[in-house]
Amino acid sequence: MKTRRIDNYGKINRDKILSFRWDKKNYKGFEGDTLASALLANNIGIVGRSFKYHRPRGIFSSGVEESGALVTIGSKDRRDPNVRATTQELYNGLEACGQNAFPNVNFDLAGINNYLGRFFAAGFYYKTFMGIPPLEWGKGTAIWMFFEKFIRKAAGMGSASGLPDPDTYEHAHDFCDLIVVGSGPAGVAAAIEAAEKKLDVILVEQDSLIGGNQLAENDFDNSQIKNQLENLGIKIMTRTTAFGLYDNCVVGLLERVTDHISAPNVNIPRQRFWTIRAKHIIVGAGAIERHIAFNNNDIPGVMTVNASKHYLNRYGVLTGKRIVIATNNDSVYETAHQLSEAGANVTVLDSRTNFEIETNKSFEIRKGYVPYNINGSKKIDSLDISKSETINKSETINCDQVLLSGGWSPAVHLLSHRGVKPKWDYNNACFLPSDTKENITMVGSSRGLWNKNDCIASGIAGTTDALNRLGLSKTNYFFPKPGGWKNPIQPLYEVKYKKSRSKSFVDYQHDVTTDDVRLAHREGFISVEHLKRYTTLGMANDQGKMGNIIGLSLMAELLNKEIPEVGTTVFRPPYTPVSIGALSGRNVGKHFRPLRVTPMHQWNIDHGAKMIEVGLYQRPWYYPKENETLSDSYIREASTVRKTVGICDVTSLGKIAIQGSDSTEFLNRIYSNGFSKLQVGKARYGIMLRDDGIVMDDGTSWRLAENEYFMTTSTGEAAKVMSWLEELLQTRWTDLNVNVTSVSEQWAGVSVAGPKSREVLNNCVDDSLVITNNNLPFMGVTSTFLKGNIPCRIARISFSGELAFEVYVKSDFANTMMDLLWENTKKYDGCLYGLEALGALRVEKGHVTAAELDGRVTIDDAGLSKMASTKKSYIGSAMRKRGVLKNNDREILVGFFPTNLKETFNAGTIVCEKNNIKGQGIGRITSVTYSPELGHWIGLGFVKGGLDKWKDTNLVGADPVRNKQMNLKVVSPHMIDPKGERMYA
Amino acid sequence: MIRINCPYCGERDHSEFSYGGDATINYPSLDASEKEWTEAIFFRKNIKGFQFETWHHSNGCRMWLVVERSTVTHEIKSVKPCHPDLQKVVENNK
Ligand SMILES: [Zn+2]
Repeated sequence: MKTRRIDNYGKINRDKILSFRWDKKNYKGFEGDTLASALLANNIGIVGRSFKYHRPRGIFSSGVEESGALVTIGSKDRRDPNVRATTQELYNGLEACGQNAFPNVNFDLAGINNYLGRFFAAGFYYKTFMGIPPLEWGKGTAIWMFFEKFIRKAAGMGSASGLPDPDTYEHAHDFCDLIVVGSGPAGVAAAIEAAEKKLDVILVEQDSLIGGNQLAENDFDNSQIKNQLENLGIKIMTRTTAFGLYDNCVVGLLERVTDHISAPNVNIPRQRFWTIRAKHIIVGAGAIERHIAFNNNDIPGVMTVNASKHYLNRYGVLTGKRIVIATNNDSVYETAHQLSEAGANVTVLDSRTNFEIETNKSFEIRKGYVPYNINGSKKIDSLDISKSETINKSETINCDQVLLSGGWSPAVHLLSHRGVKPKWDYNNACFLPSDTKENITMVGSSRGLWNKNDCIASGIAGTTDALNRLGLSKTNYFFPKPGGWKNPIQPLYEVKYKKSRSKSFVDYQHDVTTDDVRLAHREGFISVEHLKRYTTLGMANDQGKMGNIIGLSLMAELLNKEIPEVGTTVFRPPYTPVSIGALSGRNVGKHFRPLRVTPMHQWNIDHGAKMIEVGLYQRPWYYPKENETLSDSYIREASTVRKTVGICDVTSLGKIAIQGSDSTEFLNRIYSNGFSKLQVGKARYGIMLRDDGIVMDDGTSWRLAENEYFMTTSTGEAAKVMSWLEELLQTRWTDLNVNVTSVSEQWAGVSVAGPKSREVLNNCVDDSLVITNNNLPFMGVTSTFLKGNIPCRIARISFSGELAFEVYVKSDFANTMMDLLWENTKKYDGCLYGLEALGALRVEKGHVTAAELDGRVTIDDAGLSKMASTKKSYIGSAMRKRGVLKNNDREILVGFFPTNLKETFNAGTIVCEKNNIKGQGIGRITSVTYSPELGHWIGLGFVKGGLDKWKDTNLVGADPVRNKQMNLKVVSPHMIDPKGERMYA
Repeated sequence: MIRINCPYCGERDHSEFSYGGDATINYPSLDASEKEWTEAIFFRKNIKGFQFETWHHSNGCRMWLVVERSTVTHEIKSVKPCHPDLQKVVENNK
């Protein structure tokens, strides 16, 4: 195979040969190559198939703007799709393949799409499948759903592996005075100037080497620059992309740590996601060369002029033998000269007629000529050219490469992230960055400066601007004027060719043609934002870095307006794609969120607990004996509690210490029920409302002393209640003398429940007298000792409806407490019970939890009207009966039984009237359980009008998700022991 | 990303804080009418520019703060404790 690599060119290391695989064949490249340069050197022209038409595509560029050479790197679980071959560094053993083609990019069966083009024109999907008239609205949806998977397969890019990502990623943070994005002449000048003025500087470069576009120069050597930067203490971050700018000078960076290494150290993350907080940002992100739209401008062999200069001088690859350069500006002539010096036969077509350029006459210049059609399909055979833009076929040039330069677009993307709109510059035919009040300064060619000295001057001016804005200097400075070419650019975006089936591409990656833009205009999509969405122009992962301006110019022409009147779309982060892995960093798997465990977590597991997540907490779910299922287990546990005794870890409840001389007044204001008369040594169940009268949380407060309370909250609302109490004390009731302290972590809690619970505790406390019915009546509280001199707090509180106690010890004593209680529980044939049994017991009793108190329920809805004091005002009292909250048909808490007691139902079932099963029905079931006591399934939930309205009516439970339906009847939510006699035993 | 200069902890990232709400509301007394409470909790201005809002240093010192922040640029002009006594302490320590 002939190679395109030529001697004496490039900065690659020819002593280090690298092997790689492309589409299952072996090739060789050199250290310093990108995948793209290695493919070009191996004379591989077709590297992909296009998005919709499956046209053969080659390599268009040498950088991040690449819209043709999107390939898949790696295999199996390390398969990384849509990687730009132009920025992928070559390493030994790299495996890559082309995308969107079957069986391969050279012979693609779906290439027939090219001839079915009209089906794939802009808006085709919408019109056909979304049911745009004449089809009825919505009627197309079913057709779409049927065809979707075929179409997605036919039109698309690479696919992900679908396997868990084996690599690790990392999040990192840093601070600096100045961050400079881009290491071209402007960025380097800015960084040096700033470091010399004693600023702490970070210099970021997306390439593996510093230098920016100077890397395309044949005599450029960056080692001296690098030394200088390092000696000044500048932190240089290569292979790092500034992908987004955010508020307050925050820059998001993606550092590709090991993407260029064949066998990376497994202890090093693949990529690092940086959040940099700077005081000032200087952006020298460069400019991107545009192509020109004309027929078949996507045939492999088409490339930007600057890219071919890169391949020649950086990689030693001569990309063509007979090269035609088509341009409208001065920037191509140095490249033309170098390409011909390197041995290519070069012709320059310049659309301008009146201009002067100095050359050594080693190549031909055709003034006033433009290209209008490429002949060839998988490679370029020849180019049709014409004088002026009105096509009269005049000439055909045999060639194997067409290089395009339709002008340069400053990379204003990062500034656009900050909402700064660029302004159109007629002289240079490009958008230039506007000024911003934020500490961001644009330098170099990203502010439209085309020659190196101007770029350097702008870098120094940029740093002076930064110093002034930071208040460190008051120095006058000026930026060079945009431009810098000897002859003005002549706008040239499209060369029209009126042959049918002509395809002039505007956006290569999404296969958007000039005809698509015209079609969108005809159909009324004239706003640039609508144009973008209808044609998908600029919506591929290159965000239209090359093609957007061409699309805008076409729309401007159609509307008879100027480009700035048509506007520009807003660029959003990321500048180049960021992997999901880098975004999630280490927050994956079990590190996805924090894990909270109770101090007896291991004890629970050692005693057979199966755990369940409740918020962040791990709580015992059930304690199966041999072969028991979840339902076997919780039914046994719940029955044991009703029969004898059970113990359950309730540590996850929120616990707050409330102290101070106004504590009683404070509680009286935040709870809906009265607390002013609660005696020392007693606890009370309380409900808190929000300002708007809806229930916030429920819990208990124990009066330990005159001015000291111990409050418990629900597990899920603990943090919210704590913040709420602090807010009230720090913002509204600043005169109250109250301190609140979260003591959730300090206390371990256990519920001991069941008719034998007092006997169990008798054996566990130092002095059994303290827990007699007289000394510790229902809702009584005592501070005493467990055996072994362990201080504890005991309250006679019941959530199960049985005689029950909550026992709290300091967390350090949790295991000792569990051992002691469990040893004595076993003596009464008691059990350990988990959350599932706890749920069963509370549903039987009609106690509400988070499933019922979902932020929409009032105290009356929950059937707790008695808990709303009429003798005082409290948070929510003014609003709890406002407007709709006092309607008669509100959904009220009820219990549910299946009419046929053998039937089951699920939470989420919609309750409906018979013969009227539709919509949201008249209610819903929120919690269900099998009731061991009643011997059938029961539920809690809400129904409009409550028990009184429906108690004798047969209702229907509709469960369309599970395709179930059953007859129901409404009962009192207090399904067992409605008078609550057992708790008082 | 917002940085808030907590008077107790110093400048910290906004991820340490929780947003509260409008700091300018004078909440009515608990026995005030439904109408007064409705005004206080449902009717809000939609300010373009600087507004006073409460933030809770929930992953820090737990202080509730009044932050003067621009809704357009996120620029923060001032930060002080909500509690008047704490405000005095901060003032005296300046
Ligand atoms: Zn703080």
